[in-house]
Amino acid sequence: MDFGLTLEQRQFDDSLRAFLTDHLPMERLRALAEPGIGYDETLWRNLTELGLHGLLVPERFGGAGLGVLDAALAAEALGHAAAPVPFVGSIVMATLGFMNSATEAQQDEYLPQIAAGECRFAVALPSFAGQTGSASVQWAGSRLSGRVTGVADAGAATHFLVYLADGHAAVVAADAPGVSTRMHRSIDRTRPVVDVTFDGALAERLDAANAPLVAARRVLDTGRIMLAADTLGAAQRMLDAAVAFAKERVQFGRVIGSFQGLKYTLAECVTALEPCRAMVWYAAYAQDALPDEARLTACHAKAHLGDVGRDVARLTTEVHGGMGFTDLLGLHYWFKRISFNRQMLGGPERCREEAADVQGWKLHA
Amino acid sequence: MDLMLSEPYQALQAEIRDFIRHHGDKSPKVGGGRKRPDQKTLDWQKRLVEHGYAGRTIPKEYGGFGATPDVMAAAVIAGEFARANVYAGLTNQGISMLVPTLLEVGTEEQKRQYVGPTIRGDIIWCQGYSEPGNGSDLANAQTKAELRDGYWIVNGQKIWTSSAHYADMMFLLCRTEPDKSKHDGLSYLLLSMKSPGLEARPLKTMTGRSEFNEVFFTDVKVPETQIVLGRGKGWYVANVTLKHERLMIGDASKMTARLEQLISLLQTSEIDGVKLIGISEYRDRLLRLQGEVLAWKAHNLRLLTEAAQGIDSGVKRMIIKYGGTMLGFRLSSLAVDALGAAGLPYESLGEDAEDDDATTWNIDYMYDVGLMIGGGSTNIQKNIIGERGLDLPREPKVQGRA
Ligand SMILES: Cc1cc2nc3c(=O)[nH]c(=O)nc-3n(C[C@H](O)[C@H](O)[C@H](O)COP(=O)(O)OP(=O)(O)OC[C@H]3O[C@@H](n4cnc5c(N)ncnc54)[C@H](O)[C@@H]3O)c2cc1C
Repeated sequence: MDFGLTLEQRQFDDSLRAFLTDHLPMERLRALAEPGIGYDETLWRNLTELGLHGLLVPERFGGAGLGVLDAALAAEALGHAAAPVPFVGSIVMATLGFMNSATEAQQDEYLPQIAAGECRFAVALPSFAGQTGSASVQWAGSRLSGRVTGVADAGAATHFLVYLADGHAAVVAADAPGVSTRMHRSIDRTRPVVDVTFDGALAERLDAANAPLVAARRVLDTGRIMLAADTLGAAQRMLDAAVAFAKERVQFGRVIGSFQGLKYTLAECVTALEPCRAMVWYAAYAQDALPDEARLTACHAKAHLGDVGRDVARLTTEVHGGMGFTDLLGLHYWFKRISFNRQMLGGPERCREEAADVQGWKLHA
Repeated sequence: MDLMLSEPYQALQAEIRDFIRHHGDKSPKVGGGRKRPDQKTLDWQKRLVEHGYAGRTIPKEYGGFGATPDVMAAAVIAGEFARANVYAGLTNQGISMLVPTLLEVGTEEQKRQYVGPTIRGDIIWCQGYSEPGNGSDLANAQTKAELRDGYWIVNGQKIWTSSAHYADMMFLLCRTEPDKSKHDGLSYLLLSMKSPGLEARPLKTMTGRSEFNEVFFTDVKVPETQIVLGRGKGWYVANVTLKHERLMIGDASKMTARLEQLISLLQTSEIDGVKLIGISEYRDRLLRLQGEVLAWKAHNLRLLTEAAQGIDSGVKRMIIKYGGTMLGFRLSSLAVDALGAAGLPYESLGEDAEDDDATTWNIDYMYDVGLMIGGGSTNIQKNIIGERGLDLPREPKVQGRA
């Protein structure tokens, strides 16, 4: 047994982080955040060089054929950089959606395009994702009708992968007749939310899954782990910033990090956050290797990171004093990133509810 | 990352299951502790050591099983015993703290003499660190030992010494170099609790039981060779021990076992005919704790892997005691709440009998507070995490004090 990362994983992580540090200095992040579409052509193109888009795509379709843990590392790095990259939907969930539910021919058509970064999917999930808002889509005679609000990673989507309530999925082009979208800049300006309406839009079903609902839940769970990993990266970034600040800022003639109260705040943050890293790794690994634990660990990882992320975001902002509350410092980008992740694909309350269901813990029984 | 059981581990798993099938009926009851092991426990412990399910990686020449450190094997063993609800072996200050310390810094003679009997449960140790005036400020210990005619002559007092009333031996932190600085003046001695001039007086704790003691030393003679690592090296040795103590206290397998007990408690206790697990407020608290225990377990696997690779885990290790005791207390708190009014009757039967479930949970609930204090209090842990883990500047020294 070995609970840790391989050399290749660490190298991939290092190169992705180095790339993001180079390509996303604070001014650039600010500029990209202004329109709030969560996408930048140059950044997206350049990331193909690192093989990010084809991470989960099998080799025969032009990808790297890696696993959910590798994807979680990438999500953590992207959260750490607050990168406006539609990674969770377009890269991770869409790829898995095709792998779990599409025929070989459909995979052959779309997966190479995903791997090459040529198409960008957004995944629209129905009510079982556990989000507030509305999500109701019907399928009749190869056409989709209905509306889904709060779709992530859709600011520059070329396609939608739409899940129906029974777990079946359908592909539709974003510019197809009968598809209309409305983008909202979100509290997290690095990622928008999109409402999409289908009015008899012609779509292609993915019908190859034996158990469509199980396949759909797997896509959902993996998405949740990605959001948890993104929160982990963002929270770590805030904590590192707070520790650095605490070693520099002087008040009462002392660096503030020498005050015990402040030290304890930071000690609490690290005590809560560090085990989250192992939790995310475990949950990600479980998706590929431990099917019996996959659902439970995904729900718990999403819920727990939502809570720990919120605490760390608040406390590290406080450590920065008035500066922490300014726009100038930019710390708020990570605070908001964490806030966004918490609500998407089911908040902690909903995810724990599902964790209870998985274990057969029924209410009022 | 590879948590799959490869062939040799599957074989180990099968072997353990076979062992449990044949011998499981001889296992003492899981849980309890904090008292001298009875004959049944000792017999069981010896059996475990023989089979390599306890003392597995301790070299054969010191009485262990002599296996190379292997995290997966350790995990398989712990997992199988937990699954079968069979006693996985003694954990006490001798086994969890002194043995690793001796293996790290003891002499050949000390290892040969003490390691084997300790892991078999034949020698029970206590830890003589804290003094009435020096608890958190451990390096200020004043109990003194002077070398005369080949013996250390010890005088002074220790307090809150767990298990001293039934221990055979003590590892003692004392001042042997009064001229040297606070930290450089300490030594670490191993001595018999039967030494003339040594008196242990049981001290009742808030649980109503006598779990720790005051220990008085009046001209207690300890052979010169009973020093570990050398004169003035006591602070270093004490810290080796403390590192192991903190890991023992924050142990994840204990959390997992507790969570399982807690789940069944919520599945059986009821209010107005509704099981507590079916009441959202209780269920939600349980779920939150389950999430935290999962994180803690995974973190533990990560630390075990790093330890096997010889990596110093740094701050990841330093958080164990603080995080683990907080989590432990919250688990026992929910248990006490689930027992509710029906769990209020409390009669601890002391060392010789099993307490009922409610009393046991309540003892754990209180003892968990003790664990936050013992082994370096929560605040001291946070100082360590902040200063050594995050490299934050130390508190300025108060003028005029050593
Ligand atoms: C259940 C239990 C078992 C024990 N077993 C043993 C044993 O086997 N052997 C042994 O030697 N000892 C044992 N102890 C003693 C234990 O190690 C000490 O109680 C502990 O180190 C605290 O010391 P103290 O009691 O003197 O408290 P103090 O040091 O007086 O502390 C009182 C309070 O002040 C805080 N404080 C002190 N210094 C600082 C600081 N620098 N910064 C911030 N806060 C500070 C502490 O956190 C605590 O809250 C045990 C204690 C308990 C409760």
